[in-house]
Order: sequence, then C-alpha cells, then structure tokens
Amino acid sequence: MGVITTFLLVVVVLPLAALLWESKKSGVHGFWQIVSSPEAVAALELTFGAAFTVALINAVLGTITAWVLVRDDFRGKALVNAVIDLPFALPTIVAGLTLLALYGPRSPLGAHVAYTRGAIVLALCFVTLPFVVRTVQPVLLELDEEMEEAARSLGAGRLAVFRRIVLPNLLPGILSGVVLALARALGEIGSIVVISGNVPYHTEVASVFIFTQIQNGYPDYAAAVAVILLAAAFVLLLAIGALRFFATRHERA
Amino acid sequence: MRRLLVLALIFPAVFVCTSAAQARQAGTTVSLVAYSTPMPIMQRLITRFGHTDAGKGVSFSQSYGPSGSQARAIVAGQPASIAFLSTGLDVDSLADAGLVSKSWDHAPYSAIAADSVVAFVVRKGNPKHIRSWTDLTKSGVQVVTPNPFSSGSAKWNVLAAYGAARKSGMNDHQAVQLVTKLFKHVVAQDSSGSNAANTFFSGKGDVLITYESEAYAAFAAGKQGSIVVPKPTMLIELPMVALKDAPSAAKAFITYAHAPKQQAIFAASGYRPVVRSVLTRPNLASWRKKYDTGTTFNIRDRLFGGWRKVNRVWFDPNMGRMAGIERAVGGPSH
Repeated sequence: MGVITTFLLVVVVLPLAALLWESKKSGVHGFWQIVSSPEAVAALELTFGAAFTVALINAVLGTITAWVLVRDDFRGKALVNAVIDLPFALPTIVAGLTLLALYGPRSPLGAHVAYTRGAIVLALCFVTLPFVVRTVQPVLLELDEEMEEAARSLGAGRLAVFRRIVLPNLLPGILSGVVLALARALGEIGSIVVISGNVPYHTEVASVFIFTQIQNGYPDYAAAVAVILLAAAFVLLLAIGALRFFATRHERA
Repeated sequence: MRRLLVLALIFPAVFVCTSAAQARQAGTTVSLVAYSTPMPIMQRLITRFGHTDAGKGVSFSQSYGPSGSQARAIVAGQPASIAFLSTGLDVDSLADAGLVSKSWDHAPYSAIAADSVVAFVVRKGNPKHIRSWTDLTKSGVQVVTPNPFSSGSAKWNVLAAYGAARKSGMNDHQAVQLVTKLFKHVVAQDSSGSNAANTFFSGKGDVLITYESEAYAAFAAGKQGSIVVPKPTMLIELPMVALKDAPSAAKAFITYAHAPKQQAIFAASGYRPVVRSVLTRPNLASWRKKYDTGTTFNIRDRLFGGWRKVNRVWFDPNMGRMAGIERAVGGPSH
C-alpha cells in the first residue's frame, strides 16, 4: 500500500500539483486572460472536437475490429491481432512521419490529407486504435454465445440480439476503451505535430499550442492551457465513469 | 518550481538528443550544447581541435537539438561549457539565468561563430518565379515557414520580411500589412525549422523560408530545390559562447573556431564566415560568388533595436504584433 501511494505521488500527483502551481502564478485574472485568448480557445475547441470524433470512430470501428478478431476465422488472424498493438510501440513522431509519407503531398496512394483537420483525426485514430479493440476483445471472448442462440431461438432478429444481448455486455468495455482513447487524443502531440501544419486557428491543437508557448518562453501560458485541458479531461472521464456505472447497474443488482 | 516544471517538460527531448561522448581519460571535459544543423561541422572542428596543443587531452560531450529547447535545458541544469545557438535571444535567456555574462556579445566577433542569411528554397527551376519578398504574396504561391512563437528560425523570417519591406521604402504600417499578407499564403507553420523543411521537402508548398546555411545542408543531404536569396535580406548571426564556469579549454575552442582554417570549413559548408577574408581563398571562389548577394540588415538595426525589444514588440503571445497578425489571418472573425 505504501509503495503504491509513493508511486502515485511521484508519478501522478506531484507533477499535476506542480502544473497547478505554475498556472496559479499568473493569478485569476491573468489565467482567465490567457485561456480566453482567441488562439487558446481555438486550439482547445479543435482538440476536443478532434478527440470526440476519434473516440466515436474508435467506439464503432474498434468494436467491429474486436468482433472480427474474436468471432471470425481467417488466415493471418494471429498476425492481424499482433499488428493492432504496433501503434503503441511506435514513437508517435515516427507514426506522424509515416502518415505524412503515405497521405502527404507526395502520397503514393494519391490521398493528400496532410495539413488539414482531417489529418489530425487520422493521426489520432492511428495512435488510439488499440484501446477499444483491447478493452472489448476480452469481454467478447468471455461472452457466452449460448445467450445469443437462446435469444435467436426465441425469435429475436440479428439486430435485436446485438442491441439487447451483445451491446449491453460490451458497453462497459467500449466505454473503458473510449475513455482511454479520449484521454490519449487530448494529450497527443508527436504524431500531430508533423502532419497538421500547426496553423493557428485552423490546425493547431492544444498540445502543440502548449509546446509553442514553452518554446517561446511563456511557461505560464503553457501551464494555464494545460490546466484547462486537464480539468476538462477530468470532468469527461468522470462523466464517462458515471455512464459506465449506469450501464452496468444490472450486473451489480 | 518553475525550473522543475520546465525540466519535466524538456527532459524527454534532452534525453533523446544528447549523445554524450564517453570521456576516455580523466582530463578536461567540455560539454558542447548546440542547435541541430551544425552537427557535422562541429564534429569536424572537435576532431581537429584535438590535434592542437590547446586541445590535447580535452574530451567533448556533444548535445544537439532545437535551439530554444537546448537553451531551456541548460537553464534547467544540463551541464554545458559551450552553447552554440541559433539566436541571440536564446543566449539572452542564459544570461538572464546568470549562466553567461550579461555582456556576452562584448567578445571577439561579438561572440558570433558564423553568419547566414534568410533565404528562400523553391522547387527546382523556380517554376513560380519567386525572386523577392513581394513575390511570396502573389496569388497561388504557397509558403512554408515555422511558427514564429515556437521557432527561432521563424522569428528571423518574420523580421526579414518586415525589414526588407521597410528598407524598400514602406512605412511601418505598410510593412506589417505585407507580413500579414505573407502569412495568408503560409500553408503550414511547423513547430521547428527542421519540421518545416520536412514539410516542404515532402512536397508541400512552393517556397520554404529558411537559413541559407540550412538550405545548403539540405541540398548536401540530397534534397531537391533551388535557393533564392532575396534582396535585401536579414543577416543571421549564430552566437557561440562559453558559460561562466566553463574550463579554459572551452574558450580556447571558441578562439579556435574563429581561426581562418575553421572559418573556411564553415564557409565551405554553406555558412558565411565571420572572418570574411577567408573567402579570398581560391578554393572558396565558388562560395564567394554565392555569398555576394547585395545588402543585408541585422537585428541591431534601428528597425529592430536588438532581440529583447523585438521579442517584446513582436512575439509576446498576447500583445505582440505577430499575435495580431495570426489573429488577422486566421482568427475567430475568419
């Protein structure tokens, strides 16, 4: 217990406290002036917009991917299963450069999306792909197919089976994955910084804005925006936790 | 606490960028902390320095990375004896932390190891006929320059555009308008000079604004493009300073870097030597022609009044002129 407390203190609590401390120095008025500056607002809006989009895409496509990996049989399944985790292992700046080479102006595929908001979503999808897949997969593996068969034999259509039997069981897993993907997308910088173009008000996300302010010698700006990012993320995670609690109310009853 | 935060934020970058050469024996160790591009030159200079009397037995540790990050790392405690950075602004931040003398530029050659100028890299053959600053604002021209708030090199670029406009007879308002118009043509504002180069050489845009020396370094690395030096343009001065507590070998190395032979190495690598006389050497004749490009102006010009003033007037994130320009180009009213 003491070990865990120390660990969390060193790794999580102290750095976050230091961040809050740094932002406190600009004062309430200064803090508000910074976070309400148009560039900061634009960056935060874009960040949350992109993160939500990516979380949504992941919720759908990640679940389908997990489904295919668990329920379908095809050659090379083990290989695909292993490939899913690769985005985790790759330094994200390498991911960004790879995506730039593939979908940039010299795209061998003829798909030029780099330096747009779409590119941000694409990069985020790449780095967050494993989350939903890996949280849904074990649930699917555990899921008893007899339940679905029983429902079907009682006359439920495929859609009804999915909606009333499968989805409620998967929902906690999906939500866990979405939380992780969302949190990761809010803070991601490495893959975005090379592919977005970082044009203020258009393709500059909060993490890059923060980095920019640090480089420019204004750590108070960086800290203030980071605190907003942190606070909003915290509220979001709490909300999804509550949703998850609600979704699993039958299991606890 | 502020130092702690900065340290926490930059630690990963430093960790990646530092390639510490192991000290072979117990002797003097000089820690060189430099910005990214001069790595090949510095390695040559260090090897050569080792063969001189002053350099015998001196071992070097070398760290290369973005100039601003390197300065911040030194302030946060990274060991350094020599700092070779891409703007005087970064050296000022070391002076503010008490690590170098406040009057660091009162040294031979004003503590500048080499010069460069702000230049354009265009696509091979210059298909869009880009020759001057105003050509960048012609319709259909896409410009790549890093974000001036995060990148030292982008700061040079902004000041060069403004200064060139003023030197061509525009008043302050007109010159700011020109920079605003220029930024309407900017299609990517990468976080650093090297990211911007990456963007341009991956095929985006018609022109990259960069250091002349960086352009030649990119060509030497096999990148395709042509260089255009606009007239007039801004002189980029690259400071190399010894830190207050540096061993005497650090100062000896800086003196060595100013010797004609070493300046000739800078000259042949795409930099403009601060010892101009080396350009009369026959083997540098082709470079002399390249560097013979009309007038330049520098940061001490009345238009700017030095880095500290420029940083306040232009690059304050809220009140600076550049913040206003970014707002006018892409702001909420857009």
